[in-house]
Amino acid sequence: MLHIVNKSPLQRTTLESCLRVAVPGGAILLIEDAVYAATRGNAAEAQLRDALSRFKVYALAPDLDARGMGDRVMEGVSTVDYGGFVDLVAEHKNCQSWL
Amino acid sequence: MSEGTIKKFMFVNRTAPYGTIYALESLEVVLITAAFDQDVSLVFMDDGVFQLKKGQQTKGIENKNFSPTYRALDGYDIEKLYVEEEALAARGLTEDDLLVDVTVMSRAELGKLMDEMDVVLSY
Repeated sequence: MLHIVNKSPLQRTTLESCLRVAVPGGAILLIEDAVYAATRGNAAEAQLRDALSRFKVYALAPDLDARGMGDRVMEGVSTVDYGGFVDLVAEHKNCQSWL
Repeated sequence: MSEGTIKKFMFVNRTAPYGTIYALESLEVVLITAAFDQDVSLVFMDDGVFQLKKGQQTKGIENKNFSPTYRALDGYDIEKLYVEEEALAARGLTEDDLLVDVTVMSRAELGKLMDEMDVVLSY
């Protein structure tokens, strides 16, 4: 299953909710303000690093670039473009957007 | 226009840019306020510090990159920019990552400054 998170981890608890519920082996795609979770040195870094052992984690590159964070993505997180976003949705049998 | 009193305005920016409209809206109201010759202070705290991050490239999300406007504030006599020290640290940022000169302050210092204001607007 694909989980999509779009809120900053330091402002909202959606990433936390997602990580609490998601079944290991699934994928998590960070978009919009949620891409900050994938950047080095942010307070949610440890939480996401821990999640990397259970999930494949992606971050949307255009959203990272817009925020000036394209050069500080933490190791283990893959970046995707909009085409990659569509592929992820198509590859998984279902998805949940954690609004 | 009659001479009005000058009030101390503080804009408290607590949201990241692009994810919501707050950052851009704040910037527009800041410029309006400055046009009325008011005493304007800008505070960037919590996710608001991300508004000042260098290197924003918004072509991919087809949004207007409004970050260069922060560098133009100086030309509108808006020179009081304060950034929360703890917020930078929690986001892996330092003063060098910011695209304008700011005064970095602790939460406690920002609280005292806020207390001295006539009008506080939150975004």
